[in-house]
Amino acid sequence: MAAPKASLHLVAPVWNGGTRGIGGLSRVVAPEGNQKKGRSLLQFLADCFYDVEALRDHLLRKQVSKVHQKNRFQGREWIRPNQRGHFSLDFLKLQAVPVEAVDASGCAINYQGLDSLLALKELQSLWLQRCPHVDDWCLSRLHPLASSLQELSLAGCPRVSERGLACLHHLWNLRRLDISDLPAVSSPGLTRILVEEMLPSCEVLGADWAQGLKLGPEEQPRDTAGPTPA
Amino acid sequence: MLRRTLLLGLCRGPLGRGLGTHRGGSILGKVEGRGGYRGSWMAPSSSSVTFRTQDPAHDVKTVGRLGGGDRDGKMSEIKKKIQSILPGGDWNPLYDTSYLPPESSDVVIVGGGVLGLSVAYWLKKLEKPRGAIRVLVVERDHTYSRASTVLSVGGIRQQFSVPENVQLSLFSIDFLRNINEYLAVADDPPLDIQFNPSGYLLLASEKGAAIMENNVKVQRQEGAKVCLMSPEQLRNKFPWINTEGVALASYGMEHEGWFDPWCLLQGLRRKVQSMGVLFCRGEVTRFVSSSNLMKTASGEEVNVKRIHEVHVKIDQSLEYQPVECAIVINAAGAWSGQVAELAGIGKGPPGTLQGTKLPVELRKRYVYLWHCPQGPGLETPFVIDPSGTYFRREGLGHNYLGGCSPTEEEEPDPGNLEVDHDFFQDRVWPPLAQRVPAFETLKVRSAWAGYYDYNTFDQNGVVGPHPLVINMYFATGFSGHGLQQAPAVGRAVAEMVLEGHFQTINLSSFLFSRFYSGEKVQEHNII
Repeated sequence: MAAPKASLHLVAPVWNGGTRGIGGLSRVVAPEGNQKKGRSLLQFLADCFYDVEALRDHLLRKQVSKVHQKNRFQGREWIRPNQRGHFSLDFLKLQAVPVEAVDASGCAINYQGLDSLLALKELQSLWLQRCPHVDDWCLSRLHPLASSLQELSLAGCPRVSERGLACLHHLWNLRRLDISDLPAVSSPGLTRILVEEMLPSCEVLGADWAQGLKLGPEEQPRDTAGPTPA
Repeated sequence: MLRRTLLLGLCRGPLGRGLGTHRGGSILGKVEGRGGYRGSWMAPSSSSVTFRTQDPAHDVKTVGRLGGGDRDGKMSEIKKKIQSILPGGDWNPLYDTSYLPPESSDVVIVGGGVLGLSVAYWLKKLEKPRGAIRVLVVERDHTYSRASTVLSVGGIRQQFSVPENVQLSLFSIDFLRNINEYLAVADDPPLDIQFNPSGYLLLASEKGAAIMENNVKVQRQEGAKVCLMSPEQLRNKFPWINTEGVALASYGMEHEGWFDPWCLLQGLRRKVQSMGVLFCRGEVTRFVSSSNLMKTASGEEVNVKRIHEVHVKIDQSLEYQPVECAIVINAAGAWSGQVAELAGIGKGPPGTLQGTKLPVELRKRYVYLWHCPQGPGLETPFVIDPSGTYFRREGLGHNYLGGCSPTEEEEPDPGNLEVDHDFFQDRVWPPLAQRVPAFETLKVRSAWAGYYDYNTFDQNGVVGPHPLVINMYFATGFSGHGLQQAPAVGRAVAEMVLEGHFQTINLSSFLFSRFYSGEKVQEHNII
């Protein structure tokens, strides 16, 4: 990413298993391709022996710490809370530095918590994958980011439905949108087509078109305000 | 036990008369007792227990030897009777009265629609000691077949011109967002309100542009997220709109859209029932009240009334139950004018406070559902044309809901809920097709009609007590936006009842007295 000199990338402070965290940073670290060969053997051994599993965990942790040491933003390490859970006061010096990307994957961010993200006027990428509390109400709040936001991922959010996706049309600058694996969307294929229609200049990742089309009659919208409620 | 029965038989007459229900012409009906009375009679006494353990065959034999054939038959008959009277027997001298409302209740709410239930919810929620108030909701139609709540299109917006309306709506949207915190019932699944946050798009002609600008200023001051758009911006954002004749548009970015009214109603019902509110299926036919002649500070004589009893007629029966009450809440929606009349509101010389009627009328409005494959897509907001025509998207299959309010002259007969399909052809379709050219080829799929509780005075709600019938409170007259404001209005009425003044939102401009003083709360955005 061609980030300007004074930019800041934030990730969720918890490294849950390292999967998303490292994956998200793979652009910065050396690609993991060369490790692929050994991985299946390591996986097999890890399944059989506890020692190997522990060793692998250790390696992973070492790799993560390497990431921390290598990636300094403006000469700083990752900004994380100290042992007592407080952020160092140096953090305040970075207030003027614009934030370009936020990876809040798996984060327990909710409607109120979005306040802090909406203040970021130069936010270009926002990952909200598998956030359990992100719902349609949250999506309706994203419109202040419209002019800067280019990439948004909502994959795996259990509470996002097509009703919330409909108001993403505010984000006219969006180039990439990930709406795959949303269990609350009733007909994913049709929804994807409609979202693509709504945001013509945006690449939409999501369910296969045929997925919803096979459902046939179930695509018909439910008449929620109909005269004969159940 | 026998003595007990006899005793009961003797005292039932006078006792029952004092307690029971009044049934059309039948004396028997008057012995219907209430829980306490029946309870004491059901309690198993020691005598009944010993009686039951006796061997019946042995008993008959003894009696037969003593008395002879005739007595033998009688005795067994008596015994049968006594056995059937015993707890668990099939004979019950008292009618099953569980369907009747209680004989007294602190608050009686007339109307079990979304406004009535909301008042009940907030009364129970804000009461200080738990279970302090007994609340009874009287609803005529438990299927809600004619209730405005479920026949509406379920929109919620902040684009009003009166600040109170904006505040009410903002409170309500907050309620809807946190509905599973407010209306959570243990062991019941969470509610899915199905909120579509697509916003409202109001279009204004040259004439209305200045008003719209003022309105938006008011709305923004109250905290609504509304932006103004020029026709040019409108064309860019929604290319399917024909901007001819549009000078300005206001668009709600947040907190606006539509939801499932049935879900809100059922959620409130479920919650309110779990909080101990009593429901009764019936109709209020009469108010028993007393009146006092009082003098105002300026020396005018006024007749101050107080309702003591509400007569609740049972559905499809002549039976009725007088319910003693302290406060009556008129939330009868489109029929609240009739309920007010029953309480004697508006019966007096014209021009006086006593002769001021509740100006809430029944008005019929049609909603049409049409299909248009070329119609606007997922981004479609709730659009309101300067002509008053409105539409919104329904689901994902290119279906749309919409309608239009008729003019005062062509107001349809509100006697039934039949749909006039010519109205769509003549009044709804032409402006619709003019605004959205894609709608020239559409197919109406279905239609229904619903009622507005139309306030003929200023199209705004009536909240709070009546100045003369001092214990009747109103929550009605919202002229089509009652559903979206119900959570907030319920709270305001409950505060008025419990605290004597409005706390959260000051609705003093919505009091009944404005009909007498003639101060209109003018709302420019009524659809």
